[in-house]
Amino acid sequence: MGERFDMSRPIYAQIVERLKAKILAGIYPPGGHLDSVRDMAAAAGVNPNTMQRALAQLEAEGLVYTERTTGRFVTEDTALLEQLRDETARAMTAEYLEKMRGIGYGPAEAAKLMTGWEKKESD
Amino acid sequence: MKELLTCEGLTKSYQKGTNALDNIELHIGFGRIVGLLGPNGSGKTTLIKLANGLLQPTAGSIRIAGMDPGPDTKAIVSYLPDAAWLPDWMRVEQLVEMFRDFYADFDPAKANEMLEKLELSPKAPLKSLSKGNKEKVQLILAMSRNARLYLLDEPIGGVDPAARDYILNTILTNYSRDASVIISTHLIEDVEPVLDEAVFLKNGRIFAHRSVDELRETEGMSVDAYFREVFKC
Repeated sequence: MGERFDMSRPIYAQIVERLKAKILAGIYPPGGHLDSVRDMAAAAGVNPNTMQRALAQLEAEGLVYTERTTGRFVTEDTALLEQLRDETARAMTAEYLEKMRGIGYGPAEAAKLMTGWEKKESD
Repeated sequence: MKELLTCEGLTKSYQKGTNALDNIELHIGFGRIVGLLGPNGSGKTTLIKLANGLLQPTAGSIRIAGMDPGPDTKAIVSYLPDAAWLPDWMRVEQLVEMFRDFYADFDPAKANEMLEKLELSPKAPLKSLSKGNKEKVQLILAMSRNARLYLLDEPIGGVDPAARDYILNTILTNYSRDASVIISTHLIEDVEPVLDEAVFLKNGRIFAHRSVDELRETEGMSVDAYFREVFKC
């Protein structure tokens, strides 16, 4: 049923992370309509109140908005989406570099490894 | 009215000197999915039986939507007992008819849809079904009512994991702001993603009553892990 979650962390926070990723990936495009809370909860296999809380947080951050009669939509504010993309990319890079440091690689070595990575991997 | 289930000073004693439930204060609102969690003998089934009027309190009170348990509350409470209780000479379709006769809020179309999904033949006599499939029939009948309060005593204990997922999903899709579901179980890992709140019973007392996400946040562990720590033998 639904998605797998890390049960040692609040589920609503994990839903927020996943919905943000889907918005950035364009799975939920700017201005796109979201399903009802109940349907989204059932699809994820989580409690509707938990889903509601996650959506309320996205709404507080301006990433989604509610139209009184027609439901919930992804923001069309592309500047805000770009800012989120940038923040997310920075956080992921910091995480990656932290791991590289764990095996004795500095940022310069990591960058060198990454240069031309896609080309080399497809050989 | 802001509460669906209210227990005040609720005490039940089967035997003089020992309380199966001891001075329980419990308040459950609308639109909640609540886990009633505790080891064997902690009082889960006693509490559910009191809510159904199958037992009388020794002291204190229990009310459903402000009413004492009785015919009026039975009309809005869907109860799944922890034991087999349906007459097993009946065929599944006859049981559906019986529920339609008994409960004004019973939705036969919903029951038939679930029976089909779980591949249970309406023509089959109940006694021809395996233990797990009998439990599925009982649960389908209980979940096919449009009740205000669902009291499910160990609903998933005997069924296979695939059916378990289907049943939990049914509870989620059935969700309504006006109704609450109380699930007693010790299979916490399976139910914890669907819960709002967890009530932990220990030796007939409420050890904790918490929002599950708040518990994960403050304890840094799953409800299941917390349970194992609290009830370590």
